[in-house]
Amino acid sequence: MQYDVAVIGAGVCGAMITRELSKLDLNLVMLEKCNDIAMGTSKANSAIVHAGFDAENGSLKAKLNVQGASLMAYYCNKLSVPYKNIGSLVVAYSWDDMQTLETLFERGFNNGVPNMEIISQEQLREMEPYISEEAIGALWAPTAGVVSPYELAIAATENAIMNGARVKRNSGVFDIEYKNDMFFLSTASGVIKAKYVINCAGVFADQIAKMIGDESFKIIPRKGEYYLLDKTEKKMVNHVLFHCPSAMGKGILITPTAHGNVLMGPTAIDLDFDSKLDVDTTIEGLDKVKSDVRNVIPQLTTRNAITSFAGLRAHIAGDNSDFIIAQSKANERFVNVAGIESPGLTAAPAIARYVGEIFRKMAPEYQKKEQFISRRPAPIRVNELSKEEREELIKKDSRYGKIICRCEGITEGEIIDAIKAPCGARDVDGVKRRTRAGMGRCQGGFCGSKVVEILSRELDIPMNQVTKFGNRSKIVFNKTK
Amino acid sequence: MLKYDLAVIGGGPAGMAAALKARECGVAKIIILERAETLGGILEQCIHTGFGLHYFGEELSGPEYAHRFIEQVEKTDIDVKVDTMVIDILPGNVVVATNNTDGLLEINATAIILAMGCRERPRGALDIPGSRASGIMTAGTAQKYVNIDGYMPGKKIVILGSGDIGLIMARRMTLEGAKVEMVCELMPYSGGLTRNIVQCLDDLGIPLKLSCTVIKTHGIERLEGVTIANVDEHRKPIPGTEQFVECDTLLLSVGLIPENELTRMAGIIIDPVTNGAIVDEYRQTSRPGVFACGNVLQVHDLVDYVTQESQIAGEGAAKYIQSKSKSRSRSGKCIHVKAQNGVRYVVPQNINCTTDGDVKIYFRVTDIFKNAKIVVTAGDKVLYSKKKKKLAPGEMESVPIKLEDIKKIDKQDIIVRVEA
Repeated sequence: MQYDVAVIGAGVCGAMITRELSKLDLNLVMLEKCNDIAMGTSKANSAIVHAGFDAENGSLKAKLNVQGASLMAYYCNKLSVPYKNIGSLVVAYSWDDMQTLETLFERGFNNGVPNMEIISQEQLREMEPYISEEAIGALWAPTAGVVSPYELAIAATENAIMNGARVKRNSGVFDIEYKNDMFFLSTASGVIKAKYVINCAGVFADQIAKMIGDESFKIIPRKGEYYLLDKTEKKMVNHVLFHCPSAMGKGILITPTAHGNVLMGPTAIDLDFDSKLDVDTTIEGLDKVKSDVRNVIPQLTTRNAITSFAGLRAHIAGDNSDFIIAQSKANERFVNVAGIESPGLTAAPAIARYVGEIFRKMAPEYQKKEQFISRRPAPIRVNELSKEEREELIKKDSRYGKIICRCEGITEGEIIDAIKAPCGARDVDGVKRRTRAGMGRCQGGFCGSKVVEILSRELDIPMNQVTKFGNRSKIVFNKTK
Repeated sequence: MLKYDLAVIGGGPAGMAAALKARECGVAKIIILERAETLGGILEQCIHTGFGLHYFGEELSGPEYAHRFIEQVEKTDIDVKVDTMVIDILPGNVVVATNNTDGLLEINATAIILAMGCRERPRGALDIPGSRASGIMTAGTAQKYVNIDGYMPGKKIVILGSGDIGLIMARRMTLEGAKVEMVCELMPYSGGLTRNIVQCLDDLGIPLKLSCTVIKTHGIERLEGVTIANVDEHRKPIPGTEQFVECDTLLLSVGLIPENELTRMAGIIIDPVTNGAIVDEYRQTSRPGVFACGNVLQVHDLVDYVTQESQIAGEGAAKYIQSKSKSRSRSGKCIHVKAQNGVRYVVPQNINCTTDGDVKIYFRVTDIFKNAKIVVTAGDKVLYSKKKKKLAPGEMESVPIKLEDIKKIDKQDIIVRVEA
C-alpha cells in the first residue's frame, strides 16, 4: 500500500499529529507496533497539563508547553476527553525554596504563563487543607490541569480515522529503505510505502531515525514509578501539587486525576539504552514515592492504592534538553518528533500544529480538505446521564442496563461501543482505557472474565485468544479436561 | 416507585437465608436484587464439597448448598430480580437499581438487608513490584475461568496467600493437569481452614512455604516467573533468601474485603477492623431499618455460619417491620461489645439493652493460640470462659451470652479476650 505520509508511533503525539495531517487531502497512515493506541509513555505518565514555568526561556519546549496548556481545553472539548483545569501549586518548605519559587515565577512570566501568583502559607492551607505543616508557601498557576492522556490519544486517533486516516496496529517498523523519492517501511504487517515519514516513536525514536542514517540523537528511557489511589482519597488533594525543585531533585507530585483518583509519583531513574521495554516497578522506586509523599501530605498513605505502575520518558542523551521537532538532516522528507518528555503531553496539541506547519512548508503540494470533521462525539457514559436519559437509553438498547464493572458502574453497552469504535479495543486493557471497566478498586477481579467473554464474542475469537494487551499476554490457555 | 416491606440486596447464601427467614417471620412483600444472572452468589463457582456440614449435617458442593435455598425461594412468592445492580440507597430507604428490562428501578422498602458479599484483595493493594504481565489474578477469578468458563488460566502456578480459595484452587488446578509449584504465605501460619491444608496441599504434595512472599514478578507480556523470599518477624523480606521460581501464573489469595461501597454511600458507620457495618444483635446497622449479614458484614470461614447470621438479620428485619407497623420503636440504649487481648474483632459490636434472647458473639483471634482460654467479662463478672486446644485466625469463633446475664449488665462493656 502506498501512502503520502506515514506517522510512526501511535502515542499522544503521533495521534494528535495524524489528526492534524488528516485536515489535508492526502493518504495518511499511522503505524503502531502494539495492539493498541497509547501503549508507551502516553499510557503511563503524570497526566498533567503543565502551566509552563519549568522549561527554559526561549526553548521550543517553553513555547509549545504554554501554547499546549492554552489549547488543551479546546481540544479536549472537541474530542470529548476528560480534562480538568484545576491549577497547580509548587510547594515551598524553606526560604531557599521560596527563592526558587521567585525564579520559577520569573521564568514562567517570560515564557508567557498567565495569572501566576506566589501565595502565603494561609492561602495554601485554605486550598490544600491536608498539606504538611512544614509547607510555607507556593507558586499558584491556574492554567495547569489534568487530562486523561490515553483517552486524548484514542480520541485523536478516532477523529483522524473519521477524516480518512488509516491506522495499522501490530505494525512495528523494523527497517526503512529510501529509493526513488519513496520510503519503504518494513513492518510486522508488510511493507508500507510513503512519501513522507513523521517519526513519533517515543523512546524508540532514535532507533527509527537510525534506519534512515540519522544518528544525531540517542534516547535514554527514564523510568518513573507511580501509585494510583482509590477515589476514596480524593478529598486529600485538590490541585496538582509539585514539590519545589531543589538540589535533591525535582521530587514527586501528587494530583487528582481527570477521573477523580489520586496519582502520586514519579521517580526518575535512567535505564540502559536497551531497556526500553522495562516498565517493572521496583521496591526502591515505590518506597521512594511513599516516603516523598509523606513530606507533602503526611496523612496520605498507599493503604487505598488501586495499583502501582511505571512508565518511561523519552529523554535525549547529552546536553540538549529541548524537544527535537524538525526535518532530519539525513533526509528532509523525514520529520523527527523526539525527546518528547515532560511537558510533552501538555504540548501535544501545540506539537501537532507545529508539525502541521513544518509539513505544509515541506510538502506544499497538499491542499486542505473541504470538509474536516473536527469533533469526535463523546462515548456514552451511562453513569453520567440523568435518570431520564438513562431510562431512555436502556429502552433503546437494553445492554446499557447491564452493569459489568461494579466498581466503576460500566455497562455492557459501553464496553461493546468501545470494541466497535473506529480503532476500537481489541484487548482487556484496551477496554479498560476506553471505558474504565476494570479500573476500579477490585482491579477487574469480578468483571475481568466478563470482559474477556465480551471481547471473545464481539471479535469472534475464542476466549483463549483474548489478551491483556496483545501478543503473548493471553489470559487463559487450553480448555479444561 | 415500587413498594416493598423488605428489599434484600444480594441473592447469595446470605441474601436468600435472610429473605427466607423474614418470610417465615411473617414479612409479606419481599424482593431480592441480585447482580449476577442467577441466585447463588459465589457458591455457583465453588464446585468442591465441604459446604453444609454444620447446617445440613451433610457434605454438599457450593451449587448444591445454594440450590437448597434457591428451591425454597422459588416455592415462595418472594420477588427476585437477577441481572440487577443496585447503584444507590437514597434517604428514606429507597433502593435504586438498574437492569436491562426495567431500566432504572426505584424501590421503597420499610427495611433493607445488605448482603452484597465480599471481593478479593487485588494485586494493586499488595505492592508486589515487577511487571504488568498477564497471568496475575486472584484465585477467585481463576476459579471462575476454570469452573464456569471451562478454561485453564495457566499451566505452571505459584499461589500467594493460603486463604481458602487459594488452597481450593491449588487442588483444582492440579486435578486439571496444571503444576502448582508452591503456596507462599506471608504469615507464620495459614489463614485457611486446617482441613483445606490437609486435603488440598498435603494430599497432593504441594509445598506450603510459611513466612515467605513474592517480592517481584517477571515477564513483559506473559508472566515468566516470580522471585520469592522469606520474611522476618516484621514481614520484611530477608536479604539472601531470594529465589526465582519459574511459572506462568500467579494466583493471589491474600484476603477478602467486604463489598461495602453501597453501605458507605448510605452513610452507615463501618467498623475499621471488619470493614463491615457496625451492627447490633439483630445485625441492624447505624441506619434504622438497614441490616447487614454474611460476608458484607464480616468475612466468614464457612457458609453455614453465613446462613445462621443471615437468619438473625432476617428475623431482625421482620421484627423491625412489624414494630414499625405498630408504631413502636426500640429504645436506643445498648451495651458495647469489645475485642481485647488476642481478639481481632467482634460481631455484633452492640447489644440492645431491651434485647429478647441469648446473643452469640462471633469473633476471630489475632494469632495462633494453643491451650488458651476464651474469656468474656462485663465489669468484674465473667460471663463465659472456656479452654480451647487451638485457636487460629483462619477460623471464626463464637461464644453464647445468656439473656439473663445481659439483663444484669449496667453500663459496662462486654469484653471478649484470649487468656494464654
